[in-house]
Amino acid sequence: MAMDESLKNELQKAGVFITSVEGLYNWGRKNSIWPLQFGLACCAIEMIAAACARYDQARFGAEVFRPSPRQADLMIVAGTVTKKMAPQVVRLFNQMPEPKYVIAMGACAISGGPFKEGYNVLKGIDRFIPVDVHIPGCPPRPEALLHAIITLQKQIEQDHLTGKHKLRAYDREQQTEWPVPAYGEHDLEPPCNPELWHPAPLVREGVK
Amino acid sequence: MESLEEIKDRIEAAMAGVRLAIEGKSLVVGRQHLLDVVRFLKDDTGLAMDYCSNLCAVDWLPRTIKTRECDRDVQRDVPGHLEVVYDFYSMAKKHGPLQLRCRTEGREGTPSLPSITPLFRGAEFQEREAFDLYGIRFEGHPDLRRILMWDGFKSFPMRKDYRPPDDYEYEPTPHDEVLEKAKQHWPAPASAPVTPSKPA
Amino acid sequence: MIQPLTTTGSGYELMPKEGAIETQTLEVSMGPHHPSTHGVFRMDVVLDGEEVTRLKPVFGYLHRNHEQLAEQMNWLGSIPFTDRLDYFCSMSNNWAYCHAVEQLAGIKVAERAEYIRVIMAELTRLINHSCLAGFLLSDAGAWGTPLLYAFREREKILDLFEAASGARMMCNYMRFGGVRADVDDDWLAAARKVVGNYPAFLDELEALITGNEILLARTQHIGILPRELAINASITGPMLRASGVDYDIRKVDRYGIYDRFDFRVPLGEVGDVYDRYYVRMLEMRESVKILQQALCDIPEGPFDAGVKMRNFKVPAGDGYGRIEAPKGELGFYLVSEGGTRPYRYHVRAPSFINLTILENMCLGHKVADAMVILGSVDIVLGEVDR
Repeated sequence: MAMDESLKNELQKAGVFITSVEGLYNWGRKNSIWPLQFGLACCAIEMIAAACARYDQARFGAEVFRPSPRQADLMIVAGTVTKKMAPQVVRLFNQMPEPKYVIAMGACAISGGPFKEGYNVLKGIDRFIPVDVHIPGCPPRPEALLHAIITLQKQIEQDHLTGKHKLRAYDREQQTEWPVPAYGEHDLEPPCNPELWHPAPLVREGVK
Repeated sequence: MESLEEIKDRIEAAMAGVRLAIEGKSLVVGRQHLLDVVRFLKDDTGLAMDYCSNLCAVDWLPRTIKTRECDRDVQRDVPGHLEVVYDFYSMAKKHGPLQLRCRTEGREGTPSLPSITPLFRGAEFQEREAFDLYGIRFEGHPDLRRILMWDGFKSFPMRKDYRPPDDYEYEPTPHDEVLEKAKQHWPAPASAPVTPSKPA
Repeated sequence: MIQPLTTTGSGYELMPKEGAIETQTLEVSMGPHHPSTHGVFRMDVVLDGEEVTRLKPVFGYLHRNHEQLAEQMNWLGSIPFTDRLDYFCSMSNNWAYCHAVEQLAGIKVAERAEYIRVIMAELTRLINHSCLAGFLLSDAGAWGTPLLYAFREREKILDLFEAASGARMMCNYMRFGGVRADVDDDWLAAARKVVGNYPAFLDELEALITGNEILLARTQHIGILPRELAINASITGPMLRASGVDYDIRKVDRYGIYDRFDFRVPLGEVGDVYDRYYVRMLEMRESVKILQQALCDIPEGPFDAGVKMRNFKVPAGDGYGRIEAPKGELGFYLVSEGGTRPYRYHVRAPSFINLTILENMCLGHKVADAMVILGSVDIVLGEVDR
């Protein structure tokens, strides 16, 4: 339910804060996102740099890197996901408790990046798990990662607890155990998750 | 360090029945004498090649080499084979490199070569990598299994005739070879294909 | 049957004798997702209580088939990919590749570019070794505080890299015959300032860490690597020198212009984790010396040899070129058929080969020591898996 902004400001000046349960809940969640310590490749170093003294993502609440997926709510997939590593990534994502978010950091996690034409490179982690924020770059600057965390925070602010578009954490039908791919003889089986990965159809002019 | 010719002469003099060839800057050893030659290089006090720096496999497809011999153009058909190149240095004497080559018989299946891991522990992972990516079986290796790809993977990816799996369904900006691969996933063109007329 | 506790003169023996309780070994897979394994590296460890009885490293989780990609690209196009091998030290990787191609093609490097290359490589060595101190201590349990100190200095050096090459990490800066862009006097002044402040930072770090009794207890006489085994297992870099072998490729091959600089090569005595850590601290001081000399002597002149890059072909042949990267000997074996692409491109990665004797070093030690030993090997998965 929308609040009248001017009324809210008036009351705030008088020392009375009005919010909704949703607003309070989302405010708490967005200001203390705990990332999973999950660096794969070069982008991981920029992720560590973003956590260090100069860029300091602790001021956005994302300070505590948890090594265990059971205690984390954000998975920053930083680096190239190879086909050998992909089942492990999906397993870790399954082990994270809801509500959980994924940031695909770097060109490799978005679509394979510079190593795209590789027999062992998975062309984007969104073939298997749902991604909330993509950060382009190779590697993206630490400021770009901070921008992504702020974008995610804005997304979390808009989350709903009830209604048609409610959060996946509260919607039993949407919750699923994302299927873990198996090692095949030449490729992963399945090579992608068809329920999840719907690339936009590309319209080609003058197809021959 | 001595020159390649001098080293070759000394090895051939020290071991009966061993014949080496010199190609460019490397010595070519037959697979049956590889271990003996490597042991000689390691134990020789003058050379003291105690450090195997690099072990690299190369895939040569069957090809025709054109050379000029005695003022005539000569063509030789070289059958396909796999080759392993060794670079040895000496940490004791601080000289090197000495490059050795050893070739397999053909490249079908998993051709074999002797393993130098019993002499040089540093060759262990590099030989496993050559097995994983090229399919060369090293006899005498303590633990020959795949190192970079997963264990159930079939085929040897770095070979020149390897075809990678086809996951080019979604290519926003393809060009060159990637364009050809992506085209196989595009929908059929709107216009009907021209049917050839029947021959008279 | 459980034996009663026994007393032996001065103190209690708190555990029953061997063989009194039936035990089983435990197989643990440490990784590929692990806070201390420097990336996606896995160790299959078989434990008897806390003691390691078998350790098999498993990698390939970051195998991005760099070698196959290089066969499909032209010679110049592989340089950005070499950045991503050892992603901490992109300048050294670029130099190793350019050095190998220049040896094969017979290209002479411009004088000023040689000095710039040495400056960039030694700055990279400073980054790598100080971050190793940070990561090693994080593995030992210092939870990131030394890492914050190391990354603070790293940021200052990355500012220099960004000013010179345009990128913080993936610099793509070296070219065949020189470097991509010149550095001006302002940059040199900034570099002199950073290098001038570095000994004070090293003193601060050493005062906090080197004499620390927890570090001494956790790293001395742990993971000893004997000399002969190190040479036989093709170990290179600070790990080899910590075992007492005097082999530094900057002194042996004298590539570039390293013979013009006065620096020493620190050697260890025991070959344990503490020696490997301390050799790196001493190497940083020697790098500062080289940097001071290079920044003082750098001449004016062209920054590249003017090699035409359009349709650049390397004459047919093959060759192996190597340099002393911060982690060890980084070599490139290239086979050319005279065309615009390499026929075979192989990276001799130091981290890959330095892992050969990880098992030997860890046997008999506890699990916690295995992590510290792995930290001292100083691996980067981009290089191990390529």
